[in-house]
Amino acid sequence: MTSVDTVSRVPALGVRFAALLIVSIVLMVLDHRQNHLQAVRQAVGAAVYPLQVIVDSPFRLWEWIREGTTERNQLQLEVSRLQAERLLTNARLQRMTALEAENARLRDLLEARDQVRDEVRVAEIMAVDANPYRHNIVIDIGELEGAYDGQAIVDAAGVIGQVIETGLANSQAMLISDPSHSLPVEVNRNGLRTIANGTGEIDRLDLPFVTNNADIRPGDLLVTSGLGGAFPAGYPVAIVETVTRVPQEPFADVTARPAASLDQVREVMLIWSAEDQPADNQPAEETPDE
Amino acid sequence: MSRGVSGRLPVIITIVLAIMLTVVPLPEWAEPFRPNWVALTLIYWAMMMPRTWSVGTAWIVGIIVDVAQGTILGQHALALCFIVFFTVRFHLLMRVFPMQQLTATVFALIALYQFILFWVNGVAGIDVPLSSYWGPVITSTLFWPVMMAFLSGIRMRVQHGR
Repeated sequence: MTSVDTVSRVPALGVRFAALLIVSIVLMVLDHRQNHLQAVRQAVGAAVYPLQVIVDSPFRLWEWIREGTTERNQLQLEVSRLQAERLLTNARLQRMTALEAENARLRDLLEARDQVRDEVRVAEIMAVDANPYRHNIVIDIGELEGAYDGQAIVDAAGVIGQVIETGLANSQAMLISDPSHSLPVEVNRNGLRTIANGTGEIDRLDLPFVTNNADIRPGDLLVTSGLGGAFPAGYPVAIVETVTRVPQEPFADVTARPAASLDQVREVMLIWSAEDQPADNQPAEETPDE
Repeated sequence: MSRGVSGRLPVIITIVLAIMLTVVPLPEWAEPFRPNWVALTLIYWAMMMPRTWSVGTAWIVGIIVDVAQGTILGQHALALCFIVFFTVRFHLLMRVFPMQQLTATVFALIALYQFILFWVNGVAGIDVPLSSYWGPVITSTLFWPVMMAFLSGIRMRVQHGR
């Protein structure tokens, strides 16, 4: 019985195995080289989504219970704290509107293009783990709500990362600390442009291309320069921590700490960059002309 | 066929549970030691029911894991196909192995799995030190006896039910 079984099965098994091997390798090449498989990913992702929701739900429930059972005086404390914070922000905002108007006037004088405000939307990080060899997160906004590949993600303190794969109802995003992530930044103090690379450590970025004589020092704020195209300009990224100048080397050794606490946030903001929007709208504007 | 449907559902549930366990968030220090639940589950079912659960299942489950984790599409599918192929090929032998020897075999299979992940990552230019691949190999091996007892319980129940 068993000998018949093995004789009749093994060739078929080997053939199936070989076929699946080839299919896997073709898939990997297609996925890695050309990114052609977005549709496949989205279809399978739709099947995975319920599982992710189930895994995420106990954490959400816990959060909800904790919020529901917070004590009254604690709530009052928080309300007064938030009120104070709002007052401060409002005061700053008033100055901001004045500055914005002034900026627009100056830009008018210089005949520069008007800077348009970016649109933002709050997304929540789902409590599901992604690829363990990468710094990835899963957020609960997908293509249905307008997320797109390369979209910038920030929190209240600074840049978090960018969307790398959109599903229908959720997306994968790469944090700026991922070793394969690079971000064009500039020093806020003097506009010195450089690149910030992820290191794989959640609280450290690397600035490999700062020349030895460049004017950069610990405590400098790095903001997005907007040069890469993916990120709108002017969002805080990191604060320079150490600057080590090695006389023999062409570049100084500079590290920075991300402004946003990458591993603690739960709510993030997706940015619909104002600079991206004209490109999206163009086809729609062109058709009436014809 | 009717027995097939009633017998398959519990297995599918265990596989789905295993996939969910691979995306459950762990504290940062435990992250590199997450046991490879999907591989353990598939090894067990491929060993016990190689006619029903073979390389095809492994491939589909692998694609699902790839999408859930955002890895290169086909990476986990390839790795799971490999280990399930060897399991099905030698399932008669593995069934009569004493526990220690079987656990050692599982160790080898999971090590192969992790090596394939490492290799694909290397080709794709995702540079992660080799040492970070050992965590799952160790914890998976440690969890194998527990996993086997649990899945055997399910298998017994299914076979009694039918």
